[in-house]
Amino acid sequence: MVYDVVVIGAGVTGALIARELSRYDLKVALLEKNNDAATETSKANSAIVHAGYDAKEGTLKARLNVHGAKMMGSLCEDLSVPYRNIGSLVLAFNEEEMETLHTLLERGQKNGVPKLEIISQERLHEMEPNVSKRARGALWAPTASIVCPYELTIAAVENAVVNGVEFFRNCEVERIVSQKDSFSIGTPQGTFSASYIVNAAGVHADEVAEMIGDRSFRITPRRGEYLVMDKNMGSLVSHVIFQCPTKMGKGVLVSPTVDGNLLAGPNAVDVEDKYDTSTTVKGLQDVQEYVRYSIPTMKMNDVITSFAGLRAHGDQGDFIIGPSEYNSRFIHVAGIESPGLTASPATAEFVVEILKKQGLALQERPEFTPVRKGPVRFHQLTRTQQRELIAKDPAYGHIVCRCETVTEGEIRDAIRAPAGARDVDGVKRRTRAGMGRCQGGFCGAKVVEILSRELGVPENEITKFGGKSNVVYEKTK
Amino acid sequence: MVKTLTCVACPIGCTLSAQIETGEVVSVSGNTCKRGEAYAKTECIAPVRSLTTTVRVNGGAYPLVSVKSAAPLPKEKLLDCMALINQTQIDAPVTMGEIIIPDILGTGVDIIATNRLAKGAT
Amino acid sequence: MLQYDLAVIGGGPAGMAAALRARECGVAHIVILERAERLGGILEQCIHTGFGLHYFKEELSGPEYAQRFIDQVEQSDIEVMTDTMVIHLSTNNVVTAVSKSAGLVEINATAVILAMGCRERPRGALNIAGTRPAGVMTAGTAQRYVNIDGYLPGHEVVILGSGDIGLIMARRMTLEGAHVKMVCELQPYSSGLTRNIVQCLEDFDIPLRLSCTVVKVHGQERLTGVTVAQVDQNRRPIPGTEEFVACDTLLLSVGLIPENELSRNVGIKMDPVTRGPVVDESRETSQEGVFACGNVLQVHDLVDYVTKESQTAGEGAARYILNQKDYNTAYVRTKGINGVRYVVPQKVNLNAGRDVKLYFRVGDVYRDATIRVTCDGQALYTRKKGKLTPGEMENVTIRSDVLGGLREKSEILIQIEG
Repeated sequence: MVYDVVVIGAGVTGALIARELSRYDLKVALLEKNNDAATETSKANSAIVHAGYDAKEGTLKARLNVHGAKMMGSLCEDLSVPYRNIGSLVLAFNEEEMETLHTLLERGQKNGVPKLEIISQERLHEMEPNVSKRARGALWAPTASIVCPYELTIAAVENAVVNGVEFFRNCEVERIVSQKDSFSIGTPQGTFSASYIVNAAGVHADEVAEMIGDRSFRITPRRGEYLVMDKNMGSLVSHVIFQCPTKMGKGVLVSPTVDGNLLAGPNAVDVEDKYDTSTTVKGLQDVQEYVRYSIPTMKMNDVITSFAGLRAHGDQGDFIIGPSEYNSRFIHVAGIESPGLTASPATAEFVVEILKKQGLALQERPEFTPVRKGPVRFHQLTRTQQRELIAKDPAYGHIVCRCETVTEGEIRDAIRAPAGARDVDGVKRRTRAGMGRCQGGFCGAKVVEILSRELGVPENEITKFGGKSNVVYEKTK
Repeated sequence: MVKTLTCVACPIGCTLSAQIETGEVVSVSGNTCKRGEAYAKTECIAPVRSLTTTVRVNGGAYPLVSVKSAAPLPKEKLLDCMALINQTQIDAPVTMGEIIIPDILGTGVDIIATNRLAKGAT
Repeated sequence: MLQYDLAVIGGGPAGMAAALRARECGVAHIVILERAERLGGILEQCIHTGFGLHYFKEELSGPEYAQRFIDQVEQSDIEVMTDTMVIHLSTNNVVTAVSKSAGLVEINATAVILAMGCRERPRGALNIAGTRPAGVMTAGTAQRYVNIDGYLPGHEVVILGSGDIGLIMARRMTLEGAHVKMVCELQPYSSGLTRNIVQCLEDFDIPLRLSCTVVKVHGQERLTGVTVAQVDQNRRPIPGTEEFVACDTLLLSVGLIPENELSRNVGIKMDPVTRGPVVDESRETSQEGVFACGNVLQVHDLVDYVTKESQTAGEGAARYILNQKDYNTAYVRTKGINGVRYVVPQKVNLNAGRDVKLYFRVGDVYRDATIRVTCDGQALYTRKKGKLTPGEMENVTIRSDVLGGLREKSEILIQIEG
């Protein structure tokens, strides 16, 4: 298997790089160690398109954030990914924090963030009646948005695959041998040969770099815990609500999600284990406290689930993007913590430029199609559309997930799609089946049944998320 | 000897005291109905339990049909009965009350279907 | 648009009993809309016995109990649409449903009975810390895998929650060859029936740990164990009592929540305690012509009571449809105080002209206590009770003549003394 470029890691960054490369006449492989794309950091984050006032001016973070934020809307439109431009507010509760708002405003203006302004208490409470009355003012960033990060990743992989990229799951890179003009990459699925490697391995990017002897940076997994509230709380706030990055910890937010839930978090704890996405009693309590500080009326009875994600925190104070000093055909895309999701479209373009500089020949493919037709979303259709759809294909008349109104047809489509779902969580991320308030209590068994039928394997071989995460064991009789 | 037990004859769950003399229950107190007395007598001498489980069905609309013991079985034979039931396979259709295994393990008790099951594709 | 006198949403025990009673009362055109492929609801997977002791004076399994009503529905002219999911109820009682065979259908119904049942509380609602491996599921999901699909969800099992579903699943998993290591219960008492503790746990030497909960979940792909801890009087884990228990399966039986999305979306007034609609003695909700019964109204412990409540709703709907409803209304509210968590119905028409049963639950375990019902300081009813527990729904009957003497807009209070 000989490739021009092998991209390691199907998170949002790797997926968008692979898609960007698919514009050109290249043989590209996207290797993912898990059973699906978007199974680590890209599935568990704040889902925010940041305006761009956080990062220090002159950094890659600042530049790619502002540029990425500008690109995100049209990219999401091309890929049929849920995206809503709702704006963000940073709250200030005292004089000192009002000062901080001014610092953020200035920094944002230097970074080129449009339309930033500091608003009065009165206007804040007009915009957000449920925000604490003690908040004295806020930084209003109308360009901030919300997006579904795993749908973006999945859509990017799907679009890349349609445009010729080969996607390999369960394909963990175990060793890399550097040869004169190429690399030999060992995986459980055989050896890949590549002229260029893009290391987008997230929290594992330092380990992948070490495979070619490059120990120039370290990644610390920085865990963040989140709470997801029932949809009946989704309208409690209508913008992304941040607290000042001083007193109450850094970056804790309350935000509507594109699906209409409410998301709160994250805290920030450095952990040693790169697989440690466990939630803690303390962490979830902390998040609740932060949230109540911003929104005193928030009821914790409406938490439907909690989760933790790992940010790939680099030790260089900025994104680490560029050729390795050990081999210039090995491109690092590492330390992609916040605002990594926002930056990802810009990062993808930037990485392709770097590859070009390192000698990769880029010839545009006229047949490249940037548009991905989105999946059917039954519950978003009008009654007439629903009626016509069921008449054409009765599988859309069978509602499997009651909480989120997901039909059998949508689940089937998610499995049959390019780079489609192979496990229960894959179905969940593509269709929302099992993501509602019952958390798969009713539909879980049905989803297992459909996966079993579509993939042609017995139910006890169906997993929650690959590996040995089988949902059920043997037949009882 | 007095043995204290909880009646399982119905959901009330009375606490019963059974006076046992030379291997026989001579008196029962604490019960609120006749079934309690009967329960204490059998429970102290030869406890029995109802068994409910499923049997695999070939060619049915569902892969299993639910079954029960038509009468309580000796408690110590429950797991042996389960082993036999789990080896049993029947063909659809199944009617409610149909005898699936007559006189299981010589207990005199039949295992009967507690649901109906039409033919179908599984 | 299809026209019916009565649309019943849900074909479980509640929906069937309500539809049958409405038919008996003379309602002509009735349709039951059931989301599963057959009638019976959750009873189809409740293969254990213990159903019907009150209603049929017989001990039946879930499918047997259901079948008695299915037979009656099949013999009647009540129409049944299975595999049909209701996705919307409008303020003028138009029901929108979808199915594979009929497509998208709209039903204009004079009256609607909500009988959608309830769902299990998931892990997320408990906020148990730890990882997210396979092997953590609700007891009801496990029950479906074992009893309907024929798969064993795991080998080494810990069950959190000692309500009846948790206890029944402990026995069921054991009979099918799994090893149930323990049942943990947050409260200092089990909310399950004593007979189930005997038959499902003691018979198989399964320990019941009271005042104990799961504080952490371990394992990356498959569950490898849980940390359990004792809790104090405030149900908070006591530091130092943590214990690791190796297991590959954690079953959660931690409560049921009425499934009221349709009711809430149309703006029907809800009771924050029951999480079901606020109803009057006919089980009519705040939306005219919409009635509710069974677990969608309040979580029951016995299906026999679901049947009775649903018949009340069926009668109420029939009176509404046949224009026999008494519009000369004068309501009193009902309210639980001093240990009584809630009362259903939440309001009663003084002019109903019928005896009215008030159902309620207590919030704690009481021994040798007195149930006292008062209105405007006047005692309506007292009864001594040997034992009251949160797991068992209680009821008191207020006679029609007593009701008739009450003052409009007053409050019937139910409380526990002693």
